[in-house]
Amino acid sequence: MTTATASTPAATAGAVLEVAAAGSWHPVCPPSALVVGRGVAALLPDGSQIALFADRAGHTYAIANRDPFTGAEVLSRGLLGSADGRAFVASPLLKQRFELATGRCLDDDEVSVPVYPVRTVTAAHHSAK
Amino acid sequence: MSTPETIVLVGHGMVGQRFLEALADHGVTRRARVIVLCEEPRPAYDRVKLTSYFSGATPEELTLADEDFMSRHGIETHLGDAAATLDRTARTVTTLSGSRFHYDTLVLATGSYPFVPPVPGRDSEGCFVYRTIEDLLAIESYAQTARTGAVVGGGLLGLEAAGALQGLGLDTHVVEFSPRLMSIQVDEGGGAALRRKIEGMGIQVHTGVGGQEVIAGEDGRVRSLLLSDGSKVATDLVIFSAGIRPRDQLAREAGLTTGERGGIVIDERCRTSDPNTFAIGECAKAVDGMVYGLVAPGYEMAETAAAAIADSLGGEVGRPGFTGADTSTKLKLLGVDVASFGDALGTADGALDVLYSDSRAGVYKKLVVSPDGALLGGVLVGDAEAYGTLRALTGSVPPVPPESLVLPAGMGAPAALGPTALPDEAVICSCHNVQKGAVRAAVTEHECTDLPSVKKCTRAGTGCGSCVKVLGQLMDAELEAGGIAVDKGLCGCFSHTRAELYEIVRTLRLTTFAEILDSQGRPEARQGDGCEICKPALASVLASLAPALGSGGHVLDGEQAALQDTNDHHLANLQRNGSYSVVPRVPGGEITPAKLIVIGEVARDFGLYTKITGGQRIDMFGARVDQLPAIWARLVDAGFESGHAYGKSLRTVKSCVGQTWCRYGVQDSVRMAISLELRYRGLRAPHKLKSAVSGCARECAEAMGKDFGVIATASGWNLYVGGNGGATPRHADLLAQDLSDAELVRLIDRFLMFYIRTADRLERTSTWLERIDGGLAHVRDVVVHDSLGLCDELEELMAAHVEGYRDEWAATLEDPERLQRFVSFVNAPGAPDPSVRFVAEREQIKPDLTLLSGPDIPVRTLEGTSSR
Repeated sequence: MTTATASTPAATAGAVLEVAAAGSWHPVCPPSALVVGRGVAALLPDGSQIALFADRAGHTYAIANRDPFTGAEVLSRGLLGSADGRAFVASPLLKQRFELATGRCLDDDEVSVPVYPVRTVTAAHHSAK
Repeated sequence: MSTPETIVLVGHGMVGQRFLEALADHGVTRRARVIVLCEEPRPAYDRVKLTSYFSGATPEELTLADEDFMSRHGIETHLGDAAATLDRTARTVTTLSGSRFHYDTLVLATGSYPFVPPVPGRDSEGCFVYRTIEDLLAIESYAQTARTGAVVGGGLLGLEAAGALQGLGLDTHVVEFSPRLMSIQVDEGGGAALRRKIEGMGIQVHTGVGGQEVIAGEDGRVRSLLLSDGSKVATDLVIFSAGIRPRDQLAREAGLTTGERGGIVIDERCRTSDPNTFAIGECAKAVDGMVYGLVAPGYEMAETAAAAIADSLGGEVGRPGFTGADTSTKLKLLGVDVASFGDALGTADGALDVLYSDSRAGVYKKLVVSPDGALLGGVLVGDAEAYGTLRALTGSVPPVPPESLVLPAGMGAPAALGPTALPDEAVICSCHNVQKGAVRAAVTEHECTDLPSVKKCTRAGTGCGSCVKVLGQLMDAELEAGGIAVDKGLCGCFSHTRAELYEIVRTLRLTTFAEILDSQGRPEARQGDGCEICKPALASVLASLAPALGSGGHVLDGEQAALQDTNDHHLANLQRNGSYSVVPRVPGGEITPAKLIVIGEVARDFGLYTKITGGQRIDMFGARVDQLPAIWARLVDAGFESGHAYGKSLRTVKSCVGQTWCRYGVQDSVRMAISLELRYRGLRAPHKLKSAVSGCARECAEAMGKDFGVIATASGWNLYVGGNGGATPRHADLLAQDLSDAELVRLIDRFLMFYIRTADRLERTSTWLERIDGGLAHVRDVVVHDSLGLCDELEELMAAHVEGYRDEWAATLEDPERLQRFVSFVNAPGAPDPSVRFVAEREQIKPDLTLLSGPDIPVRTLEGTSSR
């Protein structure tokens, strides 16, 4: 697995975002690869795609990248917003909103997307490279 | 009745036309033969809006009767043939051409003629009056050889004429005999405020002097105007606008009773001294002894006479008689609001004044009140905002102290009294005599929820338009009372509209979304992340203003990047399977074979699907996000630039081949289309902008269906605005005619910037034009006549845009940090997205949707559900 090639600012030197899937943590990219208010897509070892987001409050989130309404792997390209203090992403295709913390679709009670735990670890604490 | 009753109408002006409409409404046209004799060569037109001819309205647009009104109601019209004599015994009217018509009932609506003071030289070449479209055509043509013009008469029409002369590019003088302008409507203070405003526009005002003599040269053409104080104004043209006189000659010669100072004497039902003859409008002298020169009383007389005739033929309209009318007026003269209502000059016994005057701002407001506090009338100059409310309150004691009605809001005055405080009987629209109760009923009983439907339902606001603002307020209040929310906020994060936010960003010079949200957002949204509605909307506002505010312009710079919809973020158009399409700019649809080959090669090498768009360019589909930089590197290298197909910005300026090749073409439409497309490329707007240029009136480029469309004429260009295709097609409206290249560009600059400034989010020019107060006329006032004094600023904003333009794709390719966004996966930048796959169709590719449809829910589209 390749790590991101983005240059890492001194403040977060060595820090890495890890996502939990299938019972283990997987390093994905340095926190600096995330732009506040936007998402990035990442590949998990099993080939599935996730979308990672950072909001203004400093939280990071990971959900599945697949938009359940169209089947396209595009949620990472949606716009992040907040309503009542809860962060959501709006699908770039037909604009349905998904709450980032729970994966719940805010426009259709019967739909949700998988959510993945995220953590930031410093270089000293992670071994995978 | 064996032979049907014959009704002859003499005069087809505004009042005559209203009379015919009322006859038709009462069913009289079905039972009686109706004949109209019209002196002018064209049927009734809107004389009140006469001056709008000079701002681009065509005579056809001023027409009042729709095309088939006459034929639908079987009305016989004789144009260009004036009634000459009247034989009351034989009951016949004979026209100048000798035609003779028998009548059972005669209606005189002969109007009035302009009074020309008997000064020597008044017949010189270059002397005009200001009354008909023919007068205007003559003035316009003569003004081409003139540099200076003088108007004798500083009343309402005189000032309109002066505005027209100035608009024609002449140095303009106004000469008024009384000590102030508009002496009938406004008092001394109001006249002084008006004078300052008008002089501020560069028109020279001479009051307290009369025109003494028109001095002509040896060629018989006007050279100067001698004034009663002995001074002389050098001028090439003179317009007499010194009042009007009723045209009662026909009636007088036939022995009908007329007033000492003119006017055909009528009774309450508008009958003259001959029971078979009626008189209505400006030629009539009403029972109160007044000859009314306004259209609203004329309309009332028309309705009254039509009702009386309907009743005499067995109808039961039973309309009350005409005993006098309200002479309140509100108008915009040369961009200055002027209104007077009720006893404006305070002539009633014991009348008292409430006065507010701000000479610096050019605002003057006076209310006349009785000792017991009842509002009797008033004068408003420079700010006539409160006119609708005040006029309706006239005659009653206002529910708040009078001074609070004239003080500007926020100056220690209580909130201005809204129209909701008015009684149901208050007349809101005096042109059509619509009461407040009827407006409320339109909302509560007829379920109108927007202004256009309220206007359609009640007819209110379709006359002079001065009550439209009040109508909107009443409608909103009624909707709110009915529990229908009218939160006009942009979204859950902002209670401001997009236009308000534009002004805030511009004046406070805010340059980041976070700054705007935290200082201007709804309290609960501050410090949050915004939403998918306000982020792109404010990104567009910030991008539109970036050149003027000197902030970073590129849409992928810093925080801006996070605000953009995905299309703007990746500078390409997202398609249903997560792939993107790419559209290089092809200005005016003109492209060299070499560039066509490059597009073909790029599409072939990257395996893209190609299709020709409706905007005369080529769309390439099926690019993965990580392929975009490589595709654009090739395109930029070959001289292409971004086509902005992904942005809410200028798309294309379509063109026909024009004069260069086409045997019908009268101008080089391709050259103009290319220069417009290059000027406005990259301009961020509330919604996408489309344009076209046609080389002749055949309109092959379909310019009338565009946001701004240009059609060539033999002498220049006509500019049309607010057109649209798509789901709600709308033909564009003519904004101005026969423009030179420079004039055309200047008007489009102003129009676009005014749209960007005032439109709502995702509001195309067509809906914007229908929504904004005053509609096309207002937009024309602002962008053609500079009524808000904004034009310099609008032009500067556009100049800054043109100056600051850079191709977004070329800039992106040069910047490694921006290029980082064009990867499929942050942790595998080189790996293509395995979910973006294609299958073959008709020798090209199409998205493989079976790959996308998972087991959970079927793939949805906007139209419905697909089973694949």
